[in-house]
Amino acid sequence: MAGMRAGTAASLHRAQRQIRAVVPEITVLGHIRFTSYANLTVFEHAPASMGYSMNIGLIFSNITANAIVLFARLVTAVRAIWDGVEPVQSKRVYFANHTSNGDFVLIWAVLPPHIRRRTRPVAGSDYWLTSKLKSFIGRNVFNAVLIDRNPETRTDDPIAQMAKALDDGSSLILFPEGTRNTSDEPLLPFKTGLFHLATQRPDIDLVPVWIENLNHVMPKGEVFPIPLICTVRFGGALRLQAEESKDLFLARSHAALVALKESRDPA
Amino acid sequence: MSIPYEFFLLLGGVLCILAFASFVASILQKRVGPDEVNPVIENLVARINSWWVMVALLAIAMLFGRTGAIILFGFLSFAAMREFLTLISKSRADHYSLAAAFFVVLPFQYYLIWIDWYGLYSVFIPVYAFLFLPIISALRGETENFLTRVSETQWGLMICVFAASHVPALLTLRIPGYEGKSILLIAFLVVVVQGSDVLQYVFGKLFGRHKIAPVLSPSKTWEGFIGGVLSASLLGALLFWMTPFTVWQAFLVSLLIAVMGFFGGLVMSAIKRDKGVKDWGHLIAGHGGIIDRLDSVVFSAPIFFHVLRYFWSTA
Repeated sequence: MAGMRAGTAASLHRAQRQIRAVVPEITVLGHIRFTSYANLTVFEHAPASMGYSMNIGLIFSNITANAIVLFARLVTAVRAIWDGVEPVQSKRVYFANHTSNGDFVLIWAVLPPHIRRRTRPVAGSDYWLTSKLKSFIGRNVFNAVLIDRNPETRTDDPIAQMAKALDDGSSLILFPEGTRNTSDEPLLPFKTGLFHLATQRPDIDLVPVWIENLNHVMPKGEVFPIPLICTVRFGGALRLQAEESKDLFLARSHAALVALKESRDPA
Repeated sequence: MSIPYEFFLLLGGVLCILAFASFVASILQKRVGPDEVNPVIENLVARINSWWVMVALLAIAMLFGRTGAIILFGFLSFAAMREFLTLISKSRADHYSLAAAFFVVLPFQYYLIWIDWYGLYSVFIPVYAFLFLPIISALRGETENFLTRVSETQWGLMICVFAASHVPALLTLRIPGYEGKSILLIAFLVVVVQGSDVLQYVFGKLFGRHKIAPVLSPSKTWEGFIGGVLSASLLGALLFWMTPFTVWQAFLVSLLIAVMGFFGGLVMSAIKRDKGVKDWGHLIAGHGGIIDRLDSVVFSAPIFFHVLRYFWSTA
C-alpha cells in the first residue's frame, strides 16, 4: 500500500512538472487553435459539488438541463450503443467527433442520469463566455470546463484544468479535433490535447465516442434542426501505452474513433 | 363526440386476446426454462408487451375522437418521417426543404384533415409539396444526386404523411345510417390490418415452408401469407356489426386491405434491403421502428378510404 501511495505521489510530482512543460511545447508546435481544452478556471461553484445548498439558480439550471436533454431526445430519438465499455460510474475521458454544437448534449442525453451529473464537457471559453445566455448554459447548465483556446491570452494551462476536473471526481467529454468539422472528411486530425491529458493522467480510461447523423440534424450555421435519428456509439477504452510517442498515440486514438464509425449494428 | 358502444366491445375483445397471448407466451417461456435463452420467445414476449402499449395508446387517442386520432397520427407521421429521412440521401442543400417537410407540410396536411377540406388534403402533398420542395432544394444550387434527393424526400412524404393521414381522414366520411360511428372505421382498419400481420406471423411460424420472396424478406412464406390474409378477412367478416358493411362486404373489404397491407410490408422491406438495414428504427421493442409496424397500415389506408368514399359515402 505504502509503495503504491509513494508511486502515485511520484507520478503526481512528475505530472506537475509536465504541466509547466506543456505550454511552451504547444506554442512551439504552433497549435494556436486549441478548441476543446484550455480553460481559465475550473468553476468552484459547480452544480455537482454544491451538496445541500440548493438554491433557485441551481434548480433552474437543472430544469434547463433536463429541458435541453428532452428536446434533443424528441428531435433525434437518440440511442446509445455500448460497444466496448459499460455505462457504469467510472472516471473517464469520452472523446468524440465534433460536427455540431449539440454534440455533447447528445452524449449527455444517453448517459444514465447519475453518470451525467458527474460528466463535464470541455469547451472553449472564447465561445461560451461571449453572452450572458451562453455563459449561463456553459457554466451553470452544462457545468463545462471552460478553457481559453488562445495561448496568447490565457492565464491557465488547459491541460491542468482538465486534470484538476478529473481529480475532483468528474469525467470529461472532449472533442480532440479542436473545432467543428465541416469538411467532407469524416474526422479531422487530432490536436495534441488528448495526448497531453493522457500523459498527465495515464490511469484514466479514454473512451472513443462516435456521434452519427447529428451533422445532418444541425449543420454549422443552420438555425432549424431537422429531426433525424442519431446514434451515439461508445467503443472500447484506450490508455496511453508505456513509451508510446505522441504521433503514435494520436494516430491510434484517431483510428479507434474512425473504426467506430465504420462498425455496424449487430443484426 | 360520444363513443359508440361497439368500440368498447372491440376493445374488450382485443384486451382478452392480448391477455391470452401474454398467458401463452409465459407458458412458452416456462417450458424453455429460466436459464436458457430462446431468441424467438424473447422477441415474442417483447412484441406482446409492445402491443399492450400500442393498444393502450390507440384506445386513449380514440376516446378523444377526431382530435385524439389526428394528434396521434400526426405524431406517428413525424416519427415515421424521421426514420425514413434518416436513411435517405441528402445534402446540406436540402436543409430548408427537409425542414419545410417536417414543420410545414406535415402539420398542414393534418390541419387540412382537421378542417375537413377534402379538395386540398387529397392533393396537397402529391401536387403542391411535389412541386415546391424541389424548388427550395434547387435554389441552393447543389446538383449532385439532385433527382435522387428530391424523389426520396417526396416518397417519404407520400408514405409517412400523405398515406398515413388517410387513417384519421376516415373520420371525415359521411356514410348514411352510420352517423357518429366513423371512429369505428379506424378501429376496424387497424384491427384487420394489424390482425393480418400478427396472423401471418403466427401461420408463418407454425406452418411456414415455402418462401415468397427470400431476397426481400426471409420471414414471409406462402403458408403465412394465405393463412394470415384469409383468417384476417374472416376476422373482418365477423366484425361486420361495427361497420357499414354486410358480412360479405366486410369479408371482401378486409381481404382487400389485408392484401394491400401484405404488399406494403413487402415494398417497405425492399427499401430496407436497398439501404442495408434490418429495421427502420428502434422505438418499438421487439418490432423495430414505427414504419416496421405502420407499413401495412399506410398501404391499406388510402385504398380503404377511397373504396368507402366511392361506394358508401355521400361526401
